[in-house]
Amino acid sequence: MAVGTVDVAATAWGRLRRTFGGPAWLRVFSFVLLLAVWSLATTADPSGQVLPAPWVVLDTMWYHLNEEGLLFHLGVTLWRVAAAFFGAMVIGVALGILMGARRRADIILDGWHILFLNMPALVLIILCYVWFGLTEVAAIVAVALNKIPNVVVTVREGTRAVDRELLDVARVFRVDRRTTFLRFFLPQLYPYVMAAARGGIALIWKIVLVVELLGRSNGVGFKLHEFFQLFDIAAVLAYTLAFVVVMMVIEYGVMAPLERRCTRWR
Amino acid sequence: MAVTAGLSVDIRRKRFEGDGRTPPHTAIENLRFDVPVGQFCCLLGPSGCGKTTLLNIAAGLDHDVDGSVGIPADDAGPRPAVSYMFQTPRLLPWMSVRDNVDIVLDPDARAEGRGVRLLERMELGSYLEAYPTRLSGGQRRRVALARAFAIRPALLLLDEPFVSLDQPVGNRLREILLDLWQAQPTTVLFVTHDLNEAIFLGDRILFLSQPPSCVVQDVAVDLARPRTPDSPAIHAFRTGLLDRHGGLLAGLAGATTDPGHSTP
Repeated sequence: MAVGTVDVAATAWGRLRRTFGGPAWLRVFSFVLLLAVWSLATTADPSGQVLPAPWVVLDTMWYHLNEEGLLFHLGVTLWRVAAAFFGAMVIGVALGILMGARRRADIILDGWHILFLNMPALVLIILCYVWFGLTEVAAIVAVALNKIPNVVVTVREGTRAVDRELLDVARVFRVDRRTTFLRFFLPQLYPYVMAAARGGIALIWKIVLVVELLGRSNGVGFKLHEFFQLFDIAAVLAYTLAFVVVMMVIEYGVMAPLERRCTRWR
Repeated sequence: MAVTAGLSVDIRRKRFEGDGRTPPHTAIENLRFDVPVGQFCCLLGPSGCGKTTLLNIAAGLDHDVDGSVGIPADDAGPRPAVSYMFQTPRLLPWMSVRDNVDIVLDPDARAEGRGVRLLERMELGSYLEAYPTRLSGGQRRRVALARAFAIRPALLLLDEPFVSLDQPVGNRLREILLDLWQAQPTTVLFVTHDLNEAIFLGDRILFLSQPPSCVVQDVAVDLARPRTPDSPAIHAFRTGLLDRHGGLLAGLAGATTDPGHSTP
């Protein structure tokens, strides 16, 4: 019967939806869709120079991985990201707490803060290179200076939201200052520090590439500049892809577990 | 415990300066009383009469006051220990039950396992590693009570610690409090707006006036212990009290008929 057939089709479709409609499958679908759109777009470019196909990019990545020291440049960039990240987090968290907890400090530093917050990344990079020379330190300082104001914004907000009543508990029971800071105060800031850290890594690695492009002779940014001059788009995309993979590993392998650990009591 | 002095409160004036939105007001004026060492003293007064303010001053959280609060000293240490149980349990949600108590102890007391022993005594032995968010309201207050007693305080301050609990849970906690207090005698200042609770717990009740508050009546509760909550003896004491001082305590009439503790 026709009705019966429709029913069977409907249940089959329903079963299909249940099986492949889950979040994991949707992610796979989204990725496949990206590849399909990309592949389709390459047909508009018969030369293959402007937009190489996905498999060409993958092939190029494999070549650079084995023959052209992709890992070395990746490692150098990653080192700069890490150095700038930890520097920016330590200084940013310290300043954020100071400005959130002390009104005077907030008033004194607020003007500087707004200045740095609105300073274009490029200006800071140029000034650092001009003042400190084309050195590794100048590069890392330039990147960190770009990130510190953002960390300060988030951590200052967190410090202002700290529950004073819990700090009063520490005062009444005469808990020493160190323990009060580490066990009563800091845990309340973790969500804010985590938010600053996540946004921080994404921002920092983008700025690191610019710093490398302008004044370093190795790293992903330096290589991208080179490929740009050679008009080697496949290599540009291969390096991008490699770095995105590394950053995703950091996000899912380090940041997400760390956040779960910090919030397991909820 | 060889004891040298009790709690002595002598506050000439405690004033809150307004900040634009709230007008300035005097919370406490000429509030004077002494509590002998080891006495369980209840403070009763209408809400907003400066009871919490007084406890904050006694706890050393508020120093901006014209007057002084002398803390009972014992010969156990150079600084008398003060414990404070707040209206809400104020546990640290990111620490286990055990750590919540251990964190306020000095290393020796912690090593000796004093916190754990108290928690076990309060039937929380199977919750030592649990986070406070997993506990019921009554259990959280038991943890707060364990924390308050763990430091062996010379003075214990309690600010309406059992409000918003249902009757059986509240009564159980009051019994636990008395049990601990008898095992580990200390001077107690217990703030409440519930007359039945004050009669059940206290050796003595101080009635405070509307702000600026001062002591309007000082009543000794001469009922034998152990007492039973909501027993005829307590109701008789309450009735007698209201008969004798009805006019003075008029401001409290509303507060004493709290729905959770009303007389059947």
